[in-house]
Amino acid sequence: MPKNKYSVLSLQESFMIQHKRHHHLITFCRFFLFLIFLSIWELSAAFGWIDYFFFSSPCRVIMCFVNQIKTNDLILHIGITLLETMISFILVLIISILIATLLWYSQITSEIAEPYLVILNSLPKSALAPLFIVWLGSGMTTIIVAGLSVAVFGSCISLYAGFQHVDSDKITLIYTLGGKKQDAFLKVVLPGSLPILLSTAKVNIGLALVGVIIGEFLAARRGLGYLIIYGSQVFRLDMVITSIIILCIIALFFYQGIQLLEHKIKKKYRL
Amino acid sequence: MQNILELKNVSYSYHSLHGETKALKNISFDVKEGEFIAIVGPSGCGKSTLLSIISGQLRQEQGDIIMRNPDGSDSAPRIGYMLQKDHLFEWRSVYRNVILGLELHHMLTSDKLSYVERLLTEYGLSQFRDKRPSELSGGMKQRAALIRTLALEPQILLLDEPFSALDYQTRLMVSADICHLIRTAGKTMIIITHDLAEAICLADRIIILSGRPAVVKNELPVKLTLQDDSLLAARNAPEFQNLFNQLWEELTHA
Repeated sequence: MPKNKYSVLSLQESFMIQHKRHHHLITFCRFFLFLIFLSIWELSAAFGWIDYFFFSSPCRVIMCFVNQIKTNDLILHIGITLLETMISFILVLIISILIATLLWYSQITSEIAEPYLVILNSLPKSALAPLFIVWLGSGMTTIIVAGLSVAVFGSCISLYAGFQHVDSDKITLIYTLGGKKQDAFLKVVLPGSLPILLSTAKVNIGLALVGVIIGEFLAARRGLGYLIIYGSQVFRLDMVITSIIILCIIALFFYQGIQLLEHKIKKKYRL
Repeated sequence: MQNILELKNVSYSYHSLHGETKALKNISFDVKEGEFIAIVGPSGCGKSTLLSIISGQLRQEQGDIIMRNPDGSDSAPRIGYMLQKDHLFEWRSVYRNVILGLELHHMLTSDKLSYVERLLTEYGLSQFRDKRPSELSGGMKQRAALIRTLALEPQILLLDEPFSALDYQTRLMVSADICHLIRTAGKTMIIITHDLAEAICLADRIIILSGRPAVVKNELPVKLTLQDDSLLAARNAPEFQNLFNQLWEELTHA
């Protein structure tokens, strides 16, 4: 490699440095933006440009967070919301895989079911929540069902679409090798749909959280959704804003978790 | 050699709401055991439909297909089918791809697996067994697809333009290579191709189909005087040009 005082780095090395620089810049800007936001928020509250009673401030949020942990079992509320979201997320995955499989197996069933799925998917699910309360009472079941109802129909539709998009020649291959329909499903459709399954999971964890919070608004004595509603009713907006910020963090962690899982699975199967 | 396969007046049509499309009309020909047959014809004339019918994926609407098992038993001969692309599954290693057929038939017995092992060594793929298909060259993928087909020990091999996804140079080498392997294994082969030179080089007999609905226009026996066993020997044979012109005439003149 020619080395003189003008070209100390090879092209590959300088590319790597450029690449790293780019990533550092992005990360830095993200944190910087966050910091700016916090400072403006804190300062505007401190100088009285906004009323901290309505808009709170970062320091108040932290104080409220610590206070709530001590006096109000905040950790329990967070735990309940997490648990409900996880259960409804897992149920969404199981149910939608089963339904999409059934639809794939039976052309007639999928043709019959299509308009129903489309209607149920576009229905605003918060409209169903009051019904769930009447049917299932105000407990965890209602909230899990609410989370489920938000995500499950869309999940069925996108998984079924993914199943259908699998290369039909690969299915023909299974038949030419003497395989049956169930072989085509297990050996081609299911492994071939893994990327779709993962992207559906990414969307669904967010939707399950939305559903669970809607459920908690209406029918809970515990959970972050309950804290938000309770806080707004007693005009303790610190509590509302703290809960919303915790929700943001939960959403971030869920997303990162699935991203990590996706990365691992893709690496394992080299997709 | 006796006939392993006889087609008698086989016809097939596709049906849709827009009407009926005749694909095959009164197709009749015989195939002897160990023979290499090439089927040529204008694109879209129903060549692939014909292979699908022979392999049993589709059922003919009229006519008969008579098969005789070369081992003398009453059971139908085993048929292997190679598609246009290799369709190796990226989520499986090369080895798990080639045993797919055995897996589907629940025949992962030690003697079948040792046969696969022999094929892998013979075809130079044994050191790539744990690789992913995308790490293989086009020719090696095609070989892996062939092993996947041969693992089920078919007596008749159907090849549907199996080399069309390869670039020209690779295609010349791989087609000669694969056909040599199949010939050495003593199998009967029916290959669809749109490459006239390829048909002349590979086949013992060429069946020419007309445009849709396909009928058998002519059968052309191929006898080449080969100077050596090089890759281009068949293309340099004195009979090649004449056969090529004959095929060209048959295909271009309705």
